[in-house]
Parts: sequence; C-alpha cells; structure tokens
Amino acid sequence: MSEPFDPARWRPASFLPEEDARDPALLFVVAVLCFLACLTALGVIAGNRAAQGWASQLTGEATVIVRARGGETPDAAAARAAETLAGVPGVTEARALEKEKAYELIRPWLGDVADLDDLPVPRLVAVGLDDKAPATAATLDKALKGQGLDAVVDDHSVWIKDIRHAAGVVRWTAGTLLALIAGAAAAVVAYATRAGLAARRDVVEVLHLTGAEDSQIANLFELRFARIAALSGAAGALGAAVLGAVLRLVGGGQGITPALPIAWVDLLAVLPCPILAALVAAVAARITARRLIQRL
Amino acid sequence: MRYGRGPEVLSDVSLSLPRGSFHFVTGPSGAGKSSLLKLIYLASRPSSGSVRLFGEDVAAMPARDLPRTRRRIGVVFQDLLLLDHLSAFDNTALPLRIAGHKASEYRNDVAELLTWVGLGARMDALPPTLAGGEKQRLAIARAVVNRPEILLADEPTGNVDHEMALRIYRLFVELNRLGTTIIIATHDQDLVARSARPVLHLDKGRLRPLPPQGPAE
Repeated sequence: MSEPFDPARWRPASFLPEEDARDPALLFVVAVLCFLACLTALGVIAGNRAAQGWASQLTGEATVIVRARGGETPDAAAARAAETLAGVPGVTEARALEKEKAYELIRPWLGDVADLDDLPVPRLVAVGLDDKAPATAATLDKALKGQGLDAVVDDHSVWIKDIRHAAGVVRWTAGTLLALIAGAAAAVVAYATRAGLAARRDVVEVLHLTGAEDSQIANLFELRFARIAALSGAAGALGAAVLGAVLRLVGGGQGITPALPIAWVDLLAVLPCPILAALVAAVAARITARRLIQRL
Repeated sequence: MRYGRGPEVLSDVSLSLPRGSFHFVTGPSGAGKSSLLKLIYLASRPSSGSVRLFGEDVAAMPARDLPRTRRRIGVVFQDLLLLDHLSAFDNTALPLRIAGHKASEYRNDVAELLTWVGLGARMDALPPTLAGGEKQRLAIARAVVNRPEILLADEPTGNVDHEMALRIYRLFVELNRLGTTIIIATHDQDLVARSARPVLHLDKGRLRPLPPQGPAE
C-alpha cells in the first residue's frame, strides 16, 4: 500500500506533461540537422586550412623564366639571374633549376619529343622570399632588367587570388548552408511547438484563464524545446565528431582528402552546437508560442 | 456580444453586482449564461458595450494587463478543465504557483482546503481517477484557493447528485460569508428554488432580474 500524501514533501510538478509522443521524432530530426551543421562546420574549417596552406606556400616563393639573349647560353643566363636575384632584399634564396626541370614542365604540351635541346626552352629560377618582408615582383623585375636579362617574374599572385577567392566561396557557401540548416531546425521546432500547443491546448487555456502571463506560458514551451534541442544538438555534434575522428584516423593528417585536412583540434568546433541548437529552438518556440497564445 | 460573425448571443445585458453579493444566472440552454460568465472572467471581450471590474473597464484593457485582473477571479468551469497529468494537490496549487507564491507559503493552506472540500485522502490522486463529485470539488478548490474577490461557477452541480449539489451550494454560501462575490450559472431549478439569492434570468440573450425564489436562509 502506498504511503499517505505528505504536503511537506510535495514538490510542484511541471505544468506540461513530462512526456510527449512526438518528442522522439523531433529529437531525431533536430539531431540530424545538427549533425549536418557540424559536418559543414568541420568541412569549412578543413577547407579553410587547406586554402591557407596553399596560399602560404605560394606566397613564400616566386618563379622567374629566363630567356637567353645574344650569344649567352640559357644556363649562363639562368645562373646570372639567380646571382642577381640572390642579392635583392626580401629574397632568401635564388636557385637556377636544371634544364631537365624545365623540360619536364613543358613535355606535357610538346609530347614525347626525343631531343628538346634543339628548342629554345627558357630556364627557370626558383626564388625563395622572406616571409616577413618579401620582395615584390616589380623589385625582382627591376633587378633583372638592370642586369640586361630577358626574364618574366611570376610571383603566383594570380594563383593566390584564385585560391583566396575559392576559399571565400567555400566560406560563403558553408555559411549559407549553416543558415539554411539553422532555419530548417527553427522551422521544425516552430512546427513542433505549434503541434505541442495544439495538443496541450487544455493546459494552455487553464493557465491562461488562471492568470498566467503570456510569457509564463511561452517559457514552458521555450524551456521544453530548448532542452530537446540541446539533447539533439549534443547527439548530432557527437556523431559529427566521431565521423571527423574516424576520417582523421583513416586519412591521417590529410583527413578526407588533401583538400580537407582535418586536425584533432577541429573537432572542438562541434562543442557550441548543443547551445546554439537550444538557442535557436528557444527563440523559435517562444515566438511561436506567444503568437498562438495571443490568439486565444 | 457575438462569436466571430455569428449571431448575437447577448444583446441587452446591463447589470451591476455589488461586492459580496450572491447571484444565480438561469435560463435555457443557449440563452447566453456561459457567454455572460466568459465576459466576466475575461475569456471573451464584448463586441460592443463595456465590462467594468474592480473599477476598471476590462473590455478596453490591454491584453498584457488582463492576467493581473484574472488572478482576482476564481472560476469553476463548466467542463472543469482539470489538468489530468497533475495531482489534486498540484491542480489546486496552480493559481498560487502562477501568481508566483513559494510552495512553502501555501502548501499547508492547499492541504487544509482540500481537506475542507472532502478530498483530504485524495490529494495525490490524478483527476481521471476521481469520481464526478470529487472532480467538481477539486475544481472548486482550485477556483477558491487564492481567495478570489469574485467566484464564477458554470453549472457547478451539473454532474452531481442532489445531496452533493447541496454540499457544494453550502460551500459557496460559506465563501460568500467570507466576502467573496458569487455568481453561479445553473440549470438546477431545485437549487435556485431552495435559495434566497437573487436570480438573473437570461433568455435569447436578454437579461431579466428576478427576485429570490426560495425562503430566507
């Protein structure tokens, strides 16, 4: 037989029923959305790192194409260019590449030509630039012209611009995706709030007529859906972190592909997900609940 | 007053109830009894005219100010509107919690009130497990727990036997003696006939005051 009711030990029960048959479905949908959002965030971080890596590699070097002039041999012109460039402030290293290197670069366009020595193939000079105060293409060009060399300086600025542009596109695309996913999560929560309010109209009506402020009633739904979204967010974030960890382990430092190098520290990016999901859900639930209550 | 674009449910209603009075509202089904109570407990607003409560025109009151006024009114709804997932104790404590009181301030009062209405042994029972009369008394307990200045009851004896109806009526008389203004909408002519309380008779949306039907109490 149960113990008699003791008012001294009574604790107020929740105004809303603790369980709702729709909760598991909502939890699953929001968890999937959070999982996708976290994966997108991880992809952006990895893509950004890849873009930065490529840009920094290209920023630290330049390539000079040297053509022989007059009676000078291509090798002699390249050696003179390397010597000239080595003395330019902002240049850490200038090295004339062997003719085979130049041949390797143009062979894909010329095919398997037996003897390239007959062609006037220009020589290449690889220039290492100072990270902090790199020499500009104009400075290098001026130094070469000053020595009477026929040379073209490529500081990779076109490529760097393209990479930065591509990284920017990736960031904007990911940002749009994240906004869409957050919007979808908010819409799902708003729909669930609407359904929850409709299903609990009796509770809402009693609270309303007993003198509850609109904000008191909205708070109930806000807290409920924030809690569900936080749980879903945690589940989605955990799933994305596990997948990220697996990709890191399988792919080593290169992650999924060299284009998306995942670092362990990147996995921390999923941490804010439960809080953000709870915030989105709370705001969506509050707005929806208040609108519906005002129509009572 | 009308609902949406429907016909007028109350058209010629003008009344003034003194503080501490006790009135019955009678009339056939569809006469507008529940609509009149809804106007008073602020569930509806009149499509024209005014409703003054506690010296204020509540018909023109901004929605954000209505909860403050609603907390001064206790209502026994026709369909009771008990929350099935809450115990009798939680249902009764509801208005006090909404008003922001701490549990320590009211838990003894709630227990006493439930004992007074005969539910002392059913405090932790959920409404679906209560009998009709018990539910009715629980709804009354919830309506009076915060000592409202006005108590409205819509067919409070509709689902109970004669003996229980008299017990509930005595409960209202007792509350009225303590200063609460009571308005009871009822079909129960027997109850009205036994009472020495004035009657507001509604028919086709029009109000007609009637003298007390029963002998002096």
